Amino acid sequence: MHLEDLAEQAAQYRNEEAHIEREVRVCVAASCQSSGSLPVLEALKSACDSRGAGSCKVKGVGCMGLCSAGPLVAVADKDCDLNESVLYRDVTPDDAPDIMAGVCGAPVERLRCPTDQPFFSRQHRIVLEHSGLIDPESLRGYIAVGGYAALIRALTEMTPADVLREVTTSGLRGRGGGGYPTGLKWSTIAKMPPGQKYVVCNADEGDPGAFMDRAVLESDPHRVLEGMAIAAYAVGASKGYVYVRAEYPLAVERLETAIRKARRAGFLGAKVADTQFAFEVEIRLGAGAFVCGEETALMASIEGLRGQPRPRPPYPAESGLWGCPTLINNVETFANIAPIIREGGDWFASIGTEGSKGTKVFALAGKIKNTGLIEVPMGTSLRDIIEVIGGGIPDGRAFKAVQTGGPSGGCIPEAHLDIPVDYDSLKTLGTIMGSGGMIVMDETSCMVDVARFFMEFCMSESCGKCIPCRAGTWQMHALLDTLTKGRGTRADLALLEDLCEVVRATSLCGLGQTAPNPVLSTLRYFRDEYEAKLLPDA
Amino acid sequence: MSTQPKITVATAWLDGCSGCHMSFLDLDERLIELVEHVEIVYSPLVDTKELPERVDVGILEGSISSEDDLEKARLFRERCTRLVSLGDCAVTGNVPAMRNHFKLADVFDRAYRENVTLQPQIPTRDVPALLTPVKPVHGEVKVDVFVPGCPPSADAIWAVLSELIAGRTPDPNAVTRFGA
Amino acid sequence: MPLPTPQPNVRVVTLRIDDRDLSAREDETLIEVCRENRIPIPSLCHLDGLSVWGGCRLCMVEIAGQGRLVAACSTRVAEGMEVRTDTERLRHYRRTIVELLFAERNHVCSVCVSNGHCELQTLAQRCGVDHVRLPYRQVPYPVDSSHEMFRLDHNRCILCTRCVRVCDEIEGAHTWDVMNRGSDCRVITDLARPWGESETCTSCGKCVQVCPTGALVKQGTSAGEMVKDQHFLPILARRRHAR
Repeated sequence: MHLEDLAEQAAQYRNEEAHIEREVRVCVAASCQSSGSLPVLEALKSACDSRGAGSCKVKGVGCMGLCSAGPLVAVADKDCDLNESVLYRDVTPDDAPDIMAGVCGAPVERLRCPTDQPFFSRQHRIVLEHSGLIDPESLRGYIAVGGYAALIRALTEMTPADVLREVTTSGLRGRGGGGYPTGLKWSTIAKMPPGQKYVVCNADEGDPGAFMDRAVLESDPHRVLEGMAIAAYAVGASKGYVYVRAEYPLAVERLETAIRKARRAGFLGAKVADTQFAFEVEIRLGAGAFVCGEETALMASIEGLRGQPRPRPPYPAESGLWGCPTLINNVETFANIAPIIREGGDWFASIGTEGSKGTKVFALAGKIKNTGLIEVPMGTSLRDIIEVIGGGIPDGRAFKAVQTGGPSGGCIPEAHLDIPVDYDSLKTLGTIMGSGGMIVMDETSCMVDVARFFMEFCMSESCGKCIPCRAGTWQMHALLDTLTKGRGTRADLALLEDLCEVVRATSLCGLGQTAPNPVLSTLRYFRDEYEAKLLPDA
Repeated sequence: MSTQPKITVATAWLDGCSGCHMSFLDLDERLIELVEHVEIVYSPLVDTKELPERVDVGILEGSISSEDDLEKARLFRERCTRLVSLGDCAVTGNVPAMRNHFKLADVFDRAYRENVTLQPQIPTRDVPALLTPVKPVHGEVKVDVFVPGCPPSADAIWAVLSELIAGRTPDPNAVTRFGA
Repeated sequence: MPLPTPQPNVRVVTLRIDDRDLSAREDETLIEVCRENRIPIPSLCHLDGLSVWGGCRLCMVEIAGQGRLVAACSTRVAEGMEVRTDTERLRHYRRTIVELLFAERNHVCSVCVSNGHCELQTLAQRCGVDHVRLPYRQVPYPVDSSHEMFRLDHNRCILCTRCVRVCDEIEGAHTWDVMNRGSDCRVITDLARPWGESETCTSCGKCVQVCPTGALVKQGTSAGEMVKDQHFLPILARRRHAR
């Protein structure tokens, strides 16, 4: 298959819908489904049918971002994106007739959610470019918007070295949290001697409050498969696994559909797009262990072993699945690949900051008005994200801290809100970018309690293999529990800090090494809160 | 050496088997040398009934299992310049702390009902109330020197006391260990 | 990780450990070189003849130019490496790890059949642990006496998985494994059935001999009587792998 063939297919699919002028897009990602978007979709479809088939089409689409206002329905001309559409919030099935009546006429003002607000206008969508626009279950829909063109282009017009060069030029860094340069990782695996190699997509998103990967898989699954296939071509792999947690049933279902359709259409399989390149993808379900997001534990789990990490080196690039070189990237990293190949590495590198290129998807949660998913260029300030895009703190309360990076991250106070968000600046604040969860806390939050919560999470998610993590997180949690109840002494606080240091320095894997971070960062910025809870010195 | 003033020593027996005090008595003829350097001002081994206001070295055997133990430990901490945990019960909780795995009511039943043939009854008067959990001494008060062992040997006790008499900080790990 | 198979063209490197110049085969790990040269490095999970586990974290060492500590059992030597095995920081970490173990389960030495022959107990003394600063966790675990020859006391278990590995790698029975996670981890026989009912256990007793504490012992031993013999292991392991 050549690019021209694909372009022809895309044109044909678009042609089939040429009579459609207006689209009614109903979010069918998990968060809108949980607030009842499926009945809304049904109601809109029957309302549409009763008007008689015409120039309007009702379809389910992926996440539009503003999850707190769901179920969301967007009405727009066919090729218009979210910002140009009429967006309705908190839609119920009863609103369907009104919405249908307003499709070609005046919008239903009582339901309107303005799309000229910063939440939409300040975003820069690369990973989420099709999210909320296309039907995640339709391969034709994906092809119609240019899907799989990057793969075909890589396979027919580029050598693996060309692909590596583009990815390296792009400056893309791993979106799973570590920020390891993607191009460097890919070249390492490409340089390993030929033979069996694997590509693994890490979709074991487990940070409390993070749902970026879930939304990508639910909204645009083909994009991830396309990224994986390009990666496999670049590094010389023929087999891929998507390790996705079983708690994401909808993402799994859509991914399965996508794999089935892509295989049937020849975008996966023994001869991908009629070339000599072979690539198969299989889904492996995680059984709900946070540690399986750690790459060595994830690989053990794929191999059918107990999901616990092993010492590195050897790194997966050298000895991964069944001892073979293995490339492991996160969902969002793979989702960035197709546009990089399409637009070029230089284009991608022109977005973002010096050390962190491109955009980042964040999941806003906690005490913030606009809860949901956003994508902004690297280097956007935290203040912009929280106060402008996120709409600030509800109920007139004051901002206190934002937690980034989940249980491995830390809390950032008001004083540092103007810092541009990228891998390196967050590190200087004692936290990490992580996979993109952002939990906003207002003045009513107790920071000692926040630290206790994250420690409880780490304690119950510790695999138990190494002593500092297994026993250390238990002790730290017990100390934090004592402190939150106001029964701790100065000696307890000193012991807690000491344990933080030991667990950080000696744990086997990232889970243990970063488990003390929430404590260390809250101690760094909110030490007075800890002190205020201490018993008076004896 | 005899020109040095004697240091005052107090010992007490909390929840333990008294084995550590027995081991102390195993110093045998060294006890004679010891009395040239120390004055035992309060101990189950002597008659004094009151702990003096100031003591140089306090030695506690046994874990903290009752209100009485806790009171004694606090008093020792208050009045002793240096506090020594002698033996595994004081250092780790040891055997007395093994009751921590059971409910206190079950422990009472076992001790005062199930294994008693004549008039089984749980004592309530003139006995200190038991605490849960049983803790090592340093679980309640600050301890300066830890001498593990069950019991620590007379040689170990001698080595530690000699260092304390000389005004140095002993290293009990060189001469004893948990369970020794 | 399987034992390194002998390679025909393996190179030799020189490195410095605690200011001593040493040579080593490049496929050796730091702990092997240290043991060979009688440089004491504490460890509870590593055992010559078994695969690398890297779980106890007691063998962490400092390498010049590397901010992060590495485990000597899972780190290969390299030319020009400068290693420190006994700094103030490492001593503090090791001490704390041993304390964490003592606080985690019930390790009352005085009533233990392994008293005097226990690696954890010896290590505590060597690491300067004369008391445990941390509060004890106080969670009781069961004792499995269902096997006619051996006994499993979870209260003494430090989850080093030597039993799991020796049973799988040397005996080939894979009777042992670990269940649950975090502090709830427990070694199990078969699918968490009593040891005495295990259909895979060959009663060879290797697990008992390699157990560093009093968790796996012979029936009928009383305090201090359980002496373990691990000499068989390197010999057996080398013969197996020479085949």
